[in-house]
Amino acid sequence: MIARTLTIARKELLHIVRDRRTLAVMFFLPVMQLFLMGYAATTDIEHLRTAVLDADRTPQSRELIEAYRASNYFDIVGYVENEETLARMVDDGEVRAGLLIPTGYGEDVAAGRTADVAFVIDGSDPNVANTVYAASQQVGQAQGIRFIERRLGVKAEDMPGVEVHPRVWYNPAMKSANFMIPGLIAMVLFTLTIMLTALAIVREREQGTIEQLMVTPIRPIELIVGKVIPYVFVAFFDVLEVLAIGVFWFGVPIHGSLSLLLLLAALFLMTSLGIGIFVSSVANTQQEAMLVVWLMLLPSIFLAGFFFPIEAMPGFLQALSYLVPLRYMLVIIRGIILKGVGLEVLATQVVALVIFGAVIMVFAATRFRKRLE
Amino acid sequence: MGNDVIETHNLTKRFKHVTAVDGLNLSIRRGEIFGLLGPDGAGKTTTIRMLCAIMDPSEGSARVAGFDTVREPEEIKKRIGYMPQQFSLYGDLTVLENLTFFADVFQVERQEREERIARLLDFARLTEFQKRRAAHLSGGMQKKLALACTLIHRPEIIFLDEPTTGVDPVSRREFWDILTELHVQGVTLFVSTPYMDEAERCSRVALMFEGSVIVCDVPERIKGLVEGELLELRPERLREASRVIGELPGVLEVQTYGDLLHVFVDDAARRAPAIQEALAGAGIAVQGLRQTRPRMEDAFISLIRKRLGERE
Ligand SMILES: Nc1ncnc2c1ncn2[C@@H]1O[C@H](COP(=O)(O)OP(=O)(O)OP(=O)(O)O)[C@@H](O)[C@H]1O
Ligand SMILES: [Mg+2]
Repeated sequence: MIARTLTIARKELLHIVRDRRTLAVMFFLPVMQLFLMGYAATTDIEHLRTAVLDADRTPQSRELIEAYRASNYFDIVGYVENEETLARMVDDGEVRAGLLIPTGYGEDVAAGRTADVAFVIDGSDPNVANTVYAASQQVGQAQGIRFIERRLGVKAEDMPGVEVHPRVWYNPAMKSANFMIPGLIAMVLFTLTIMLTALAIVREREQGTIEQLMVTPIRPIELIVGKVIPYVFVAFFDVLEVLAIGVFWFGVPIHGSLSLLLLLAALFLMTSLGIGIFVSSVANTQQEAMLVVWLMLLPSIFLAGFFFPIEAMPGFLQALSYLVPLRYMLVIIRGIILKGVGLEVLATQVVALVIFGAVIMVFAATRFRKRLE
Repeated sequence: MGNDVIETHNLTKRFKHVTAVDGLNLSIRRGEIFGLLGPDGAGKTTTIRMLCAIMDPSEGSARVAGFDTVREPEEIKKRIGYMPQQFSLYGDLTVLENLTFFADVFQVERQEREERIARLLDFARLTEFQKRRAAHLSGGMQKKLALACTLIHRPEIIFLDEPTTGVDPVSRREFWDILTELHVQGVTLFVSTPYMDEAERCSRVALMFEGSVIVCDVPERIKGLVEGELLELRPERLREASRVIGELPGVLEVQTYGDLLHVFVDDAARRAPAIQEALAGAGIAVQGLRQTRPRMEDAFISLIRKRLGERE
């Protein structure tokens, strides 16, 4: 029993090491995904390319521009002469924001009147636009307070007032990477194992080798377990790989227990391996298998709350999301990495994964018979 | 009865649109080389899959090595070897790795394994290619490797599905020599083939057509089933010649073989001049009109035609 399982595992390992393409997919795809998500899918704004139309050209206007530059949110990449040029630059995507200081700004400031400036924001990405909007307001208000200080000859700290100190828990720097990378670990675990196991088993069917195996005394369970063993190791390697890059490159701190994280990742692996085996039992070719996997993955990723919070979804989608195993793993992994919580908090999710894993595994394994249709 | 290692009773397999195997009754004795002959789509592969207990029949039953294919498939699998029609080994594994893999799956004892693999490599004339990946072998060598893999656990019965299709004539002969060696060792062989000439090397053959067996007998007797005598000729304008000859009296059947015509007649001596005359009349030149012995192929084509004729 064990001997035959290991025989299959050894053979599968040979397939893996001899297939450069699969090897590349296994080890570089997660890294690629990580860098893509870590950088491209970020909603953090820093050094946003900004153009300035300074019609005023006074020391006061230059001071304001300097305040924007100093905020680190905005990079002043150019000065324009008129609004048309600014509009064109925003259209072309050359800049994402524009600061317009009208003539009379310096005069108004000097006279102690309210001075108006305009701030143009490219709103095509609402997430970015929101952050930019807040940042532009903040810089303006800070400048306003500085005027008041100067006029009254006092320091803002010495005046009465209410200051709200927002404290962002779990991800204090509010970096998207911190939010994305734990989710990505779950996703890598999910997509890669489903895809690899499904393809590995379907390949035997597609190449007809399954027919030769069927006339051997091998048991379905030996075949399945033997075939997935190497991919369990690959999956764990990938998890550690993504985790290491997350910690050392993106500086994502792990607040909780690493061993708990790996343990629950193993539990989650049951579910994704089960789904992979199931897919292999419905698909006859590798192409079919890929199609089925993608049809399943895309809704899963959205419904699980990988990109957008589940709470923001319409009610029926929220209900549907309970059927997506990835949802539970996302809560677990974000919980452990970002919040440092333990089993006592994650119990519900763990139970859900145990149930999913057991049901899917049993279902998938019984579908696999040593018979041709 | 006790000597029959393969028995089928009304074995039938229906797919959605076709009945691939239709009420098959066969009994094959220990030590035979049994040939299952038939054109493409006759149902050979489906029959073999059912006998190897990897496909359930829609109706009827089969016993192989004394076990029922549906109820005791695993007992059968210990005792048989199956070489599928398509190459079903691992192309990215070497010759030796493939053999070792199947030895392990069949749990061949360690000390015996080395020796048996060496012997099979030698037997299949593959010893010098043992480090080569299976995908890089020639078609004939792949077939021999597949055979070696099916022999690793010393099966009593071997099923070979079109083992020589797509193999050059020299390798084909060599392959049959290997099969004959196995036969001598007492192994029962069940071989399917679309090549009629290979039937001559079998102890018995069944001709399968559209799911049923038209005839099942020793090769000599099947050849005897052909009615009339056979004339062979090489005319110009084959199709026209065939039509002209077909209309003559005393002509039973006309078959085409490449650029040859085979004409079955009631009396060769009497009809040969008439044929020559008729072709000359139609302005068709003829080379080498002569009487020959019917071959297996003639017999089968003639029998299949008769079957088709009956249906109409
Ligand atoms: N899995 C299947 N599903 C549906 N129809 C099938 C299946 N397998 C075979 N058939 C059909 O059953 C008939 C017999 O096929 P089979 O493969 O047994 O013939 P064969 O004699 O082996 O032919 P070939 O020389 O092409 O290998 C064919 O019409 C084929 O299309
Ligand atoms: Mg076939």
